Amino acid sequence: MLPAILAVAVVVAALVYVVHPFFHGAEPQAAGTGAREGLELVEERDRALAALKELEFDHRTGKVSDADYRELVGQLRRRAVEVLRSLEPEQTPTRSAPRRRAKGRARAGVGS
Amino acid sequence: MPLGYTLAALWSGQEGSLLLWLLVLTGVSAAAVLLNKRLVGDVLPWTVPILAGIGTYFAFIPNAVASPFATQPPPPNGVGMNASLQNPYMMIHPPLLYLGYVGLTVPFAFAMAALVSRRIDERWVVASRRWTIFSWTFLGVAILLGAKWAYESIGWGGYYAWDPVENAALMPWLAATAFLHSVMVQEKKNMLRVWNVVLIALTFSLTLFGTFLTRSGVINSIHSFSQSSIGGWFLAFIAVVAVGSAVLILARLSILRTPIKFESLASREAAFLYNNLLLVAFALTMLWGVAFPLLSQMLRGVPITVGPPYYNFFLKIFGLPLLLLMGIGPLLAWRRASLRSFARAVAWPLLFALLIGAMLLRAGAGSSPAGLVAYTFSAFVIAAVLLEFVRGTRARKELGDATWAGAFTSLVARNRRRYGGYVSHAAVVLLTIGVVGSSVYGSTRTAHLQAGQAMSVGGYTATYLGATLKHGANHDELRGQFMLEYQGKRIGVVAAGKNHYNVEQFFSNAVGLHTDWLRAEDVMLIGDQFDKDGSVFLKIAVNPLIDLIWIAGIVFLFGSVVAMWPDAREQQQLARRSRDVATRPVTA
Repeated sequence: MLPAILAVAVVVAALVYVVHPFFHGAEPQAAGTGAREGLELVEERDRALAALKELEFDHRTGKVSDADYRELVGQLRRRAVEVLRSLEPEQTPTRSAPRRRAKGRARAGVGS
Repeated sequence: MPLGYTLAALWSGQEGSLLLWLLVLTGVSAAAVLLNKRLVGDVLPWTVPILAGIGTYFAFIPNAVASPFATQPPPPNGVGMNASLQNPYMMIHPPLLYLGYVGLTVPFAFAMAALVSRRIDERWVVASRRWTIFSWTFLGVAILLGAKWAYESIGWGGYYAWDPVENAALMPWLAATAFLHSVMVQEKKNMLRVWNVVLIALTFSLTLFGTFLTRSGVINSIHSFSQSSIGGWFLAFIAVVAVGSAVLILARLSILRTPIKFESLASREAAFLYNNLLLVAFALTMLWGVAFPLLSQMLRGVPITVGPPYYNFFLKIFGLPLLLLMGIGPLLAWRRASLRSFARAVAWPLLFALLIGAMLLRAGAGSSPAGLVAYTFSAFVIAAVLLEFVRGTRARKELGDATWAGAFTSLVARNRRRYGGYVSHAAVVLLTIGVVGSSVYGSTRTAHLQAGQAMSVGGYTATYLGATLKHGANHDELRGQFMLEYQGKRIGVVAAGKNHYNVEQFFSNAVGLHTDWLRAEDVMLIGDQFDKDGSVFLKIAVNPLIDLIWIAGIVFLFGSVVAMWPDAREQQQLARRSRDVATRPVTA
């Protein structure tokens, strides 16, 4: 039993030694926060576009009625446009631009 | 011993089976790292230590607690392999089961690594989902192979006895099934993100619990090894995994939660949620049944075993609504379905199911109300699946595919996971029909026969012709010969008896089996006891539709392969996302 406990202690110590830089080292993603947000927006864009395609297909296969389709397609298009706008490069940064991007992200459910 | 069994001897003992576990774990870990470098390269520095930590534990056990390399003085004639394990299924069932069990480590490692590193975007979901389908397929096929082994070899006429160790394999399979459904909601709608990591952690913890049950010897089961000292180590490891996962999930709740809500209780995503609740409830009910003898032993000093009636009751409670949902879910649209469009979508499957139900009732299937309901629901699911293929193909044709064949191919190719999943649903229906048919509508009879006497059951007649004794390589074969007829028409001679393994002084059953593939029906002859006067106690079980269970396994495998086949569109989308993020201008 004693050798087993010693072996566990050595393994745990080794693991702590190997893993601790991941937790206490410099935050590797400090510069990558923007990239992470960007990735979430790109994913949201793909989800919004896929939802539009899915709705189209469900409508064609009869799962969505004409009335529901008309209502949902408008919502989904608006959402897709919002996400696409948040991804657009800023030509001339204005004071309202970051607010608009944040609004787009909030509506798309990103970063909450 | 034949070479195959000599090789299988590696995993026929406790210590060797843990070594096989470690071998499979290191193999799948290496494959997971190599195959996912591009997809989740930045998560791998966290994935590898998690996989290595689990690997270290599984290396520690055979090295320090239960060594497979311990030597012992050789007995004069060799003890050989346990006679009941000398079966071709021993060469294939455990390795496949291990691939399933151990493979579920990979999704767990990806999920935990994503949480530690706070990279909870969709990439870990894609990687975990692929490995879950892979492991879930092997686990499912292995469970069915185990059932076939039990059916053909043990000779009690059944294939699944709710044995704790059988349940231990089924529980993670159910949890993984729930994950494979709920992960679609996350991918489509960015919902259920907390629930999905909980499911992944639950699935992995259940695989560890299953291993603990099999290896520690705490449970008296046909599968379990002798009492061992590894139980405490396993319980400690399960506790570390469960507590560690829970702490990590709680610590990341703020970034996992999304404000997106269900838009309607009648939608595809809501159906997935109901399906998840039923699957997890069933898995946890089984866990309670499996753990109850341990708890009662601990608290009251007496192990109280939970028997098949408990599981059969909950199988009906959770299984029947699940079956119905398998038909309803695909017919519902994402987001919401109005009553009118839903009624239109289910009209034909419902009509078909009611028609089949009425016909079965007329044919006498009402003797089991649960069986009748299961068959009616099965008809509904099959009609819904077929309708989905038909409507989808028609829609593809309208969208520009030139031929019907082209439209069908493009339909499946564009969404392999969905249509592969539908094939798996069809497999579950076949399984249901087989299980219900054989367990509810079957017939069994036992009789004491002298040579020349006959017995009849379910339209079959077996006439006892006499017994023979043959000497095999390491065992003697005692066989009764029976002339089998169906409704007066001769089928042929079927042999049933026992094998006696001389070294181990062990008897095993060698059942006689005749399969009628046209009716998917088996007649099983079991020579329960051969007396010195040449008479035999013969048991005959007629199992209607049982062969659909094995056919379900093949259909399930096919559906899973379709679902897990690499999807070029998904690869392109993931590559495009990386490119778009890399080229996206960073604004101040």
